[in-house]
Amino acid sequence: MKGPLVRRVSTIAVAGISTAALAFTLTACGESSTESSDSKAKGVGLAFDVGGRDDHSFNESAARGVDKAEKELGVKSKMMTAKNGETEADREQRLSSLAEAGYNPVIGVGFNYSKSIEKVAKDFPKTSFAVVDSVAPGKNIDSITFGEHEGSYLAGVAAALKSKNHKVGFIGGVNNALIQKFQAGFEQGAKDTDSKVEVTSQYLYPNNDKGFNDPAAAKEKAKGMLDSGVDVIYTAAGLSGNGSIEAIAGQKGAWAIGVDSDQYQQPGLDKYKASILTSVVKNVDVAVFDLIKSVQDGKPLTGPHPYLLKDGGVSLATSGGFIDDIKDKVEAAKKKIADGQVKVRTTP
Amino acid sequence: MKKFDKDKLILGLAAPVLAIVAALAITSIIIAATGQDPFHAYEVMIDFGSKADSQVWIINKATPYYLSALAVAIGFRMNLFNIGVDGQYRIAAFFAAVVGGALTLPGIIQIPVIIIVAMIVGAIWAGIAGLLKTTRGVNEVISTIMLNAIGASIIGYFLQDGRLAEKEGNLIHTPYLPDSAQFFEIPTQPKPIYGFVVIAALAGVAYWFVLNRTRFGFDLRTVGRSESAAQASGVSVKRMVITAMLLSGAMAGLVGMPTLLGVSYNYGTDFPVGIGFTGIAIALLGRNNPIGMALAALLWGFLERTGTQLEFEGYAQEIVGVIQGVIVLCVVIAYEIVRRYGLKVQQRKVGEELAAQARKSDKAEVSA
Repeated sequence: MKGPLVRRVSTIAVAGISTAALAFTLTACGESSTESSDSKAKGVGLAFDVGGRDDHSFNESAARGVDKAEKELGVKSKMMTAKNGETEADREQRLSSLAEAGYNPVIGVGFNYSKSIEKVAKDFPKTSFAVVDSVAPGKNIDSITFGEHEGSYLAGVAAALKSKNHKVGFIGGVNNALIQKFQAGFEQGAKDTDSKVEVTSQYLYPNNDKGFNDPAAAKEKAKGMLDSGVDVIYTAAGLSGNGSIEAIAGQKGAWAIGVDSDQYQQPGLDKYKASILTSVVKNVDVAVFDLIKSVQDGKPLTGPHPYLLKDGGVSLATSGGFIDDIKDKVEAAKKKIADGQVKVRTTP
Repeated sequence: MKKFDKDKLILGLAAPVLAIVAALAITSIIIAATGQDPFHAYEVMIDFGSKADSQVWIINKATPYYLSALAVAIGFRMNLFNIGVDGQYRIAAFFAAVVGGALTLPGIIQIPVIIIVAMIVGAIWAGIAGLLKTTRGVNEVISTIMLNAIGASIIGYFLQDGRLAEKEGNLIHTPYLPDSAQFFEIPTQPKPIYGFVVIAALAGVAYWFVLNRTRFGFDLRTVGRSESAAQASGVSVKRMVITAMLLSGAMAGLVGMPTLLGVSYNYGTDFPVGIGFTGIAIALLGRNNPIGMALAALLWGFLERTGTQLEFEGYAQEIVGVIQGVIVLCVVIAYEIVRRYGLKVQQRKVGEELAAQARKSDKAEVSA
């Protein structure tokens, strides 16, 4: 009889002590990490989406903007990376710790940051925030968006002109509203150019951000498309795109279209560059640099800032010279969009 | 009797202490191998982790982890490996969010409705695996992991503009829950603790009570130890498998609730994923013990909270992932080592006693 009683008492004691300890630390030494940090201006805080700085794509483009600011404006910077399967709390913490440490502006790269930026920006009214690829309300938030659908339209034009089998493909990382913009533009561009063209659009994941960080899955998808006769594939999937480019490079005569950064120029993809037809470049670097400069000048940008085709926010890369022969047609399409003659859809 | 208890206590303490020491040693070596100072890292972690806002963050983060661990542990106690908690809580939270977004009732009805929907959906999803196991003999590891993928695809299908979701910028999510569905918060400074921690604690108590203090719990543990013995003593193993999966799934249904009712108020493309797998690690770490798992969940939250700070100080971000993995491995290994050691000690003791007895009877024979 004694045994179980003693055990029960000790269990209760452990529970009691741990609760008390917790309560004590919460109330007695209630110093918060915000209070104990200094708040000198330390430069730019950049919080990446999954994939990290060297994703050869979206994050890298943002990082280039910061690099340029470091060189030209002499600011310092701190870059932090998201993990797969993060929660809102993780993102908020990353942004808060950057703001707390005195970084200004604090930039969240990727639409995943839109809600967390909105919250954190309220806690740090003196710091400028920016979110890329999304619109977040707030007095101290610069919302940077791009005309991905317009750039993708041009990619569709190029793909349709270059495809020998009249079959082109689109691979999206995650089936969300942003990537659907890429798909919609690409499909419309291809169809407008060649009415016979067959467009296959597939996604790596229905709703998991891992899609931007899973090159193996993209490689499999690309192989499947190549096997069914598709010979130009446009991949909008962040770091995953490396996988599909690798698969496409393995097949003679097939072309890959890159995304976000000029992927032909990237050292990491050097081996495959002969297969990279062009890239839909999203000039995140320009937008990021604009913001950093505005903060340096004491007039921080706020509110929504769409960077469209006509503003140079998106463009089609020409390095490698593979699309020189169809340059006129691409230019014509570009002009039509800029004039408003062609309205590019944002949903497929 | 007293001496035996002391041995047991020492053995009980030996395992966690051994695990912690081993984990610290291995992590220190790894951090040192990356050319950084491990002791400074621990200092940063302890310093940052003990701040008030960090503690609130850790508790909030640990709440879903704990619920997830409970869901996994129910299966573990019965030798069922429910690897599908991840899919179960997501599909549960999704449909709970859909139902909650469509209704506007007073909070006192609305919140229980949402929670019950989540528990039912979670239970159904896990129940499929239970049914497959009992009727067709499909291993639950295979079926639950497949159901994860199916669940993700179902959510992906319905989570589209015009189906069950709406678009907000680049995010797609189910309609917002009405204000009445917002769970209460415990006002702490500077940020509040989500009230769902209370439910999590109650779930922990219920877990302890049902498994350790009821006939059902006894049966469940018996099946876990030996199916044939349970069968022989009149327990229907098939019924237990299905019941355990239903309970595990219902518990999994709660995992998404702190987020749904306390943070996001909708299920969107940004809803957290992977908590089901974290739960497996935490259940292993906490040895399926309700208090052990609570401590493990808090430890996990602590590591994640301080991990970001480590990255800030120039340490590799992956260090925390490594630490987490090392801890789980060390705990599993340490408990096994201690168990074997305890067994050996016991065997030796019994052997000595038997030998002594034999000697005594020998002497008795001689003298006789």
